[in-house]
Formats: sequence, C-alpha cells, structure tokens
Amino acid sequence: MPDHPPEDPGAAPTTELVPAAARTEVQGLAGDGLPGLEPERDVTDWGRSARVSAVVDASLIDFLYHYWFRVEAEGLDNVPARGGALLIANRAGALRLDAPMIMRAVREEHGAARAVHVAAPSSAVSRPGIGMLATKLGAVSAHPANLHRLLLDEEQLVLAFPEASAPGVKPLRSRYRLRPFDALPFVEIAIRAGAPIVPVALVGSEEATPALGSLLPIGPLRARTRLSAGLPLPAKFRLRFLQPVRTDEIDKAPSTDRGRPAELVTEIRGLIQENLLEMVAERRSVWLG
Amino acid sequence: MTPSRRILITGLASAHGGRLAQLLERHAQLETLIGIDTDDPRHELQRTEFVRVGADGTLLRRIIRAARIDTIVDTRLSADPPSPSARRAHELNVAGTRSVLAAAGGRDSSVRKVVFKSSAVYYGAERDDPAFFTEEMPRSHSPRGPIEQTVVQAEEALAAFAAENPHTTVTVLRAASEVGGESRTAHTALLGLPVVPTILGFDPRWQFVHEDDVIGALAHAALHQLPGAYNVAGDGVLALSEVVSLLGKPLMPVLPPWGTVFAGAQLRRVGLRVPVELLRELRHGRGLDNRRLKSAGYALRYTSREAVLKLRAQQRLRPLLGRGDDRYRYEREVEEFLRWSPSVQQRRAPGIASDAVSGDGVPNAGAFEALTEAELLEIIPSLESGALQRLRDHELSGAARRPVLDEIEHQLALRSSLTDR
Repeated sequence: MPDHPPEDPGAAPTTELVPAAARTEVQGLAGDGLPGLEPERDVTDWGRSARVSAVVDASLIDFLYHYWFRVEAEGLDNVPARGGALLIANRAGALRLDAPMIMRAVREEHGAARAVHVAAPSSAVSRPGIGMLATKLGAVSAHPANLHRLLLDEEQLVLAFPEASAPGVKPLRSRYRLRPFDALPFVEIAIRAGAPIVPVALVGSEEATPALGSLLPIGPLRARTRLSAGLPLPAKFRLRFLQPVRTDEIDKAPSTDRGRPAELVTEIRGLIQENLLEMVAERRSVWLG
Repeated sequence: MTPSRRILITGLASAHGGRLAQLLERHAQLETLIGIDTDDPRHELQRTEFVRVGADGTLLRRIIRAARIDTIVDTRLSADPPSPSARRAHELNVAGTRSVLAAAGGRDSSVRKVVFKSSAVYYGAERDDPAFFTEEMPRSHSPRGPIEQTVVQAEEALAAFAAENPHTTVTVLRAASEVGGESRTAHTALLGLPVVPTILGFDPRWQFVHEDDVIGALAHAALHQLPGAYNVAGDGVLALSEVVSLLGKPLMPVLPPWGTVFAGAQLRRVGLRVPVELLRELRHGRGLDNRRLKSAGYALRYTSREAVLKLRAQQRLRPLLGRGDDRYRYEREVEEFLRWSPSVQQRRAPGIASDAVSGDGVPNAGAFEALTEAELLEIIPSLESGALQRLRDHELSGAARRPVLDEIEHQLALRSSLTDR
C-alpha cells in the first residue's frame, strides 16, 4: 500500500468518505453558511413555534411567573447579552416548571430579552404529546452535537439541569442538598465551544412541586414514584444567576487536560450549593419569601 | 487534477440522469457524454449518446474502456420508492452499485472521478439522533429498514472503492427528501393524499430539497473536485404540521404512536404502502447540515420551504395538466439517423445557441451554417471573442469538426493572453 504523503490534498487517500482536512474545514465555518430564518416561517429549525410559545406564555406562564410563584430574579447581568452561554441550574420537584420560569426571567428581565433553549433528555423530547409541546416551547434533545451547534455556531443560550438525570427521587428532607451532578457532558461541550457557563440557583421549586415519592415514608415507593403530589403549590421562587465561569482560556484539546472539566463541574456544583443554602437561610417563609 | 471531459451517466432514463445530461450537455468543455440505462431515456438530448444495457451491467466495463471515460455519475439509487420492495432495492442499490464500481475500478482504468447520488436515509431516524446530521457523524445504530440497509451497503462499497483507488475522487451526495421534480417518491405520495395522516402526538421535523438542486449538485460534483460525502438539503427544517399547512391540507393525527407496525397497517388500508423508513421519519424526522456543500461552492437555489411550495404548485396543476401525452418519446433509429447520418444537412438548433441572440449587431451563429470548413478556417481569425464563442457552441452541437474547434480554441487563447498582458 502506498505510504507516501499525498501531493495534492484534494486527492488524499481516504479510508472513510470524509477526509480529516475537510472536517476542520467545517469547524472553521462556525457561523457562516448557517441558514437564516425565513421571515414567513413561524417555526424555527429546532422546532420552536413562535405561535404556540406566545399562547402558552400569555396564559399559563404569565400567571405562574407573576402571581403563583411570584418569581424574583437577581444577577441577570451575569447572563451575557451576546454570544452563546450554558446555564446550569439545580432542579428538583416533579413538575418541570423550573425551566419555563428561568426562560421567562431571562426574556423578561434581561436587557437583551434573549431566548433560551432547554436541553432535555431525548426520551422526554420524543414522548408522544408532551414531547411535541416541549419542542414547540424551546426544548431541544441534549445530544452533544445539538448543544455544540447551539452554543458555538448559533450563539444561543442553553439551559441544562444536570441534577435531573440522577436516578430515583430526592426525599423531601434532603431538599436543597444537591445530588451528584451529571454535568460532565455539558461542561465538556461548553469548553469545546468556548462558551461561558452561568450557574443558576433556584429556590422554591422543591416545596412547590414535591414528588409523591418524596412524601411517602415507605422505602420502595420513594425510589420509584416521580409523580407530582398534585398541582404546584404557590411557593415563592427565587432565582439567582451567578458569576459566569469562563471556558475560553481552557485548552480545548481534551487529551491534554482530562481533569479540568471534572474540576469545573465540582466548582459549579459547589457554587450553586453555597448560594442555595444562603438563599434558604435568608428567606423568611417558604410561601411568602 | 485534470478536469473532467468524458462523462458517463448511469440511470439516464430517470429524471436525475436525463436532466443531468441535459444540463451537462451545455458545457462545451465536455467532450463526451454517454448515458446508460435499462430503459429508454425520457428527456430530449442533443449530444448525449445512449447505450442500453442489461440489468447486470457487464457491458459497462467495455464501454468505459472503449470511450476512456474519466468521470462516472451514478444516479440510480432509489431510496424513497413509492411502492417499496426489498428485493428490488437490493438489486438496484447494492448489486447495481457494486457492478458500476467493479467496472470503474482496476489498475488501468481511465476513471478518475466517481460521483454517487446517495440519500439521507443513510443516517436513519432515531430518537437519540442529533437535530442536524453532519457528514462525518458515525452511524450509531444498525439499519432499521431494508432500504436503509441497502443505502448503507452501497456507501460501504463506495468507501471500499475509495480506499482501493486512492487517485480517484469519490463524491457521495446524500440528498434529503426530494420534491418539486418529476420523480414520485413515498414522501410525495403521502403528501399527495387529500388528508395527510400523521402519528398521534408527534410533529417531526422534515427537511426537503428541490430536485433541481440535487441535479445541480450532481453536475457541480462532476465538474469540480468534491472528495468525500456532502449533504444536499435545502436550508430550513420544517415541522410536519407546517409542511401540511403550506400544502393547504388538513392534518389527521390518527396513526397510533406505539410501534411502526400498526401505523404501517393503517396506511395500507388507505392504499399506501410506505417503506419503514418513512414511518420512522413520521415519528422522529431528520435534519441535515448542508454547510459542507455550500463551502464547496455550490449555491442551493431553493430552501426547504420553497421546495414545498413548488410541490404545492405541482399538486394544484396535476388535475389540470393530466399525464401529458405530448411527452418526449425516444426512438432510437430516428435519434441515430439525426445525429450520425451524413445526409442530414441541418443539425438541430442547440438550446444554448438559439437563445444567444446577439443584440449587438454581430451575426448570429446560424449565419455560418452555409460556409464550408475551409471558409470557416479562413474567417475565424477575424471574428471577435463573442462571435467565436457562439460559433464554438454551434459547432459543438452540430458537426463538431475538429479542425474548426481547434482553430477557435487557439484564437480564444490568443485573445485572452493578449488581454492579460
């Protein structure tokens, strides 16, 4: 077999159909060549529908944000006004209401009114009915390629809940004590995209939507039941966006520093935990804040 | 890399082969265009030679050797047939591709480029898939349906061919669902129903490409160097509800969401036998990243949405236009007589020269019809570049006399070197 280096890069012998040179070529394209949104279209390429979002927003989310949960958000300056960023938040409770509240806070109270995509597990996004609605409201399957494209190429905000993928249900007595974060895949992609990571601490959702399994003292039931204990209770939500953790100084090549992403995960988890406990200590009451 | 000059197109009878040949004919630098198929061509061609081959394609090697073909464009792959048959798909996609590659390979083969029209069905449609497939993403699962399997096997054969023939450029174009052209596919059949059935609880993302863009990409790949795989898809990924509303039809989410077997059974009751791959697409959808093709220099003319609008126009017009009985019918003896017989005085006016009507007072190419070869050679040096080019086009589509063409090329080269200085 000829082992000589190719004279012409275009004629490089390949065993796969895409030569290595072309791969870097596409990466260098980041941002160029992306299809622009046609003005006649109401749905984006990711499946988010402006019409459905507007309807749900104006009715349910409005009510929950202003009157039921009375969300108070601080530190919104930490969310960059331009460019991609990964928002990592703690999650608890059974009903997935934290995501819309955070998205609404960023859109309403941030100067730039940026749209946020929520990275959800692909099983959730492809569930019949609910998955379809979630996609129309901005949920995206948490595939690494999707996140990379959102963060680097399209420079969008992505919200992730790494605590959610931990198995089982957290009992109520250990609320606000973070379980091990499965944030490594998210952080690795943020590093590769050079996007900052904004930790978000959210207080209120654990009491608002306690999982049924967390209330019952019976051991076997606790581990399996994720059903909500009914409608969400009107606990006061407090959101705190923390200082962004920058990733662009970190060496992108994973082979040279494998430990750094894990370090970052621990750092972020520690930051969120610290702020959670601080906020819980500060509040006077669960329902009134 | 020497540019392509002698091109062989397989699948000439299909819309892709025939229209591609019509497009390539207009490029004067291509010396030879040969098309093969098992059926007669359905598009009118000026200078493409048609050779009818049997299904096994053993003649192919002889044709390639004899004509010293340097580029093969294989357009036969059928990834979206309206009435699927696993056996036919295997025959066409796998066995056919292997025989084409076998004919093209070999140590002393003149073939320097192979362009293969593949399909996005290669990627499949799974729950855990990324929203936009790029060309280098590896397959994470084994093929789910028979057609997907044949497409994967065809691409494997191409990868093996590329490895064995390192000096041959192998281009694979993975086309998204094609609409807007002549071909009937499972997608157009489904979207052609008066009410479009979908799976309850799912609104998949679908991406389309206009047939013109697939043909344009094939031509672009044939004329330029595009090694590797490229996604050919229009910008924009539409939700199926969006597609159906663009077509002006009601959407009927009646297919059951559990398993594809039941959905398939329901559709069969309506008289629609769709491939398993379409059912999976009805559930999960698929998006392609087309930036690599754009960076290779091909500008797509239609976005996904525009392609769907073209489909809508076609659907509206179909009841008015009917089948079209005045379609072109290929008659071999007549074609051969018109092209090769010495008693034919007037060659057919080619497409490009007839619309190159000069508005600047320079005589039209038809004015040279009456001159003999010797007279032409005398006056060529005195013509200016525009007229020379028109004359060249005229010659190519007509008698294509070698001395005349050489003299024209020589004069044009002379002129361009003078202007460069």
